[in-house]
Amino acid sequence: MQIEAAICAFCGCLCDDIVLTIESDRIVQAKNACALGKAWYTAHSRPPDLPAARVDGKSVEVEEAIEAAAILLTKARYPILYGLSSTSCEAQRHAVALAEALGGCIDCCTSVCHGPSGMAVQGFGEPTCTLGEVKNRADLVIYWGSNPAESHPRHMSRYAVTSKGRLTPNGRKNRTVVLVDVRSTPSSRFADLLLTVRPGIDFEILWALRALVLGRKVEPAGLAETGITLAQLTHLAELMKNCRYGVLFAGQGLTQSAGNQMNLSAAILLVRDLNQFTKFAIIPMRGHGNVTGVDQVLTWQTGYPFGVNFSRGYPRFNPGEFTMVDVLRRKEADAVLSVASDPAASLPAEAVQRLTEVPLIAIDTHESETTRLARVSFMASTVGIRASGTAYRMDNVPLFLKQALTSIYPSDEEILGRLLERVRELKA
Amino acid sequence: MADNTFTLITGRSGAQGTGISWGKEGEGYREAVQLVELNPADMECLGLQEGDAVRLISRYGATEALCRPGNLPTGLAFMAFGPVANQLTGAETRASGMPDTRGFEVRLEPVLNRRGVDKR
Repeated sequence: MQIEAAICAFCGCLCDDIVLTIESDRIVQAKNACALGKAWYTAHSRPPDLPAARVDGKSVEVEEAIEAAAILLTKARYPILYGLSSTSCEAQRHAVALAEALGGCIDCCTSVCHGPSGMAVQGFGEPTCTLGEVKNRADLVIYWGSNPAESHPRHMSRYAVTSKGRLTPNGRKNRTVVLVDVRSTPSSRFADLLLTVRPGIDFEILWALRALVLGRKVEPAGLAETGITLAQLTHLAELMKNCRYGVLFAGQGLTQSAGNQMNLSAAILLVRDLNQFTKFAIIPMRGHGNVTGVDQVLTWQTGYPFGVNFSRGYPRFNPGEFTMVDVLRRKEADAVLSVASDPAASLPAEAVQRLTEVPLIAIDTHESETTRLARVSFMASTVGIRASGTAYRMDNVPLFLKQALTSIYPSDEEILGRLLERVRELKA
Repeated sequence: MADNTFTLITGRSGAQGTGISWGKEGEGYREAVQLVELNPADMECLGLQEGDAVRLISRYGATEALCRPGNLPTGLAFMAFGPVANQLTGAETRASGMPDTRGFEVRLEPVLNRRGVDKR
């Protein structure tokens, strides 16, 4: 059997031209997928070999695990729900309701990838566009602190560099590509202009670029620590002002380096300035398949994209206070529910230490460091392979992911829905 | 590079990305996250060959990795995201929610007589 136009939900590109070949309820080929997508489809279509639910390492019925998880969460004074970047918006919606019912915190993987972008957008707005516009219109493409060849392998061919669109009929020949990074990467060979900058100096460069775009004087000595010259930066400013349609793809090199949200604020302000001269947009290079979706769901339900606390009965947003790493580091969390994420393998060791000290509940599609640590763990069906649901592409376009294979596991949506119901009963 | 001090950058690598799907206990993933890339001149300066074990120490913790030459400026070190690099990253977020993940200092010490991949 073949499924046309399947959507790969490994990364934020959500490529929707995948052709799946299915034999004996297993994906044997994922045509058009990149190396990351092929691994995702193949690994997640392996026959399930773990019990659907475990409590203290023992296999139990899902209902029993729901009961155990609900008791642990309702007994906690400061529970935190975390992850949610690789599941459906339908499941994310239940998670927000659950955090509210518990009066706890909810945070998503955004806080450790593009949280600073979210903070900058809250402060200055988001002059953005869709990837369709990039494909059809962009003649200047800038990747800043991003290595798409390895993180989003089809980003350049489907949307931004070699793709052919209505106003870019010759694809690559119609575009100028700029890469700004601290090192040479496999993406570098696609660049017409490659600027190698020193680490942690992005804010200064972006601010100087703003000055040049606006026609202000910049002293060469002011750029001495940046690794690039005034002539190089002036050339980039001219490229930006004189393009027909420019787009800046902001990578984690900006969000995770010194300056964090200030780097993104400077990038957004630069793009705003450029719109005095031409059309320019910014798009964060979102990593996980539906990390953009969890920002959307949290924002439409609470007003904030991550790091939300319900302990006063209404949502409060404060990165650094209600974000996962901080809540763990300060040893405030006394119970953790991890959904579609692996914080035990992805957070700093000091934060992971807290996961070993408190009741941990994990819902994931496969065994991980976090499910191994968890007191209660659930195996869930993978959205886009064994379950259906909505996901948002990195440009905030929602797409519906269809189920391709059968599943013996419930979906995240189903598990969270049942957990929410039971928590509400216990809280009543 | 002064006093064996490097600026560490972490990020996605192709092998680490595919390893996430296959399972973090898999050999491909474990190998990918245990590598530290250095400029060849820095490796020569430290008397290191590809596959040699090195100890990395940051202000937050320490870990061991296997070095290999990479196309990056002198004084810079790169590791893929993962549990090994996480031993070096800091949990202080300075009111951003974002831990110190990139661009922090590490000291690098060769681990004598130990190689992950023996090519001698």
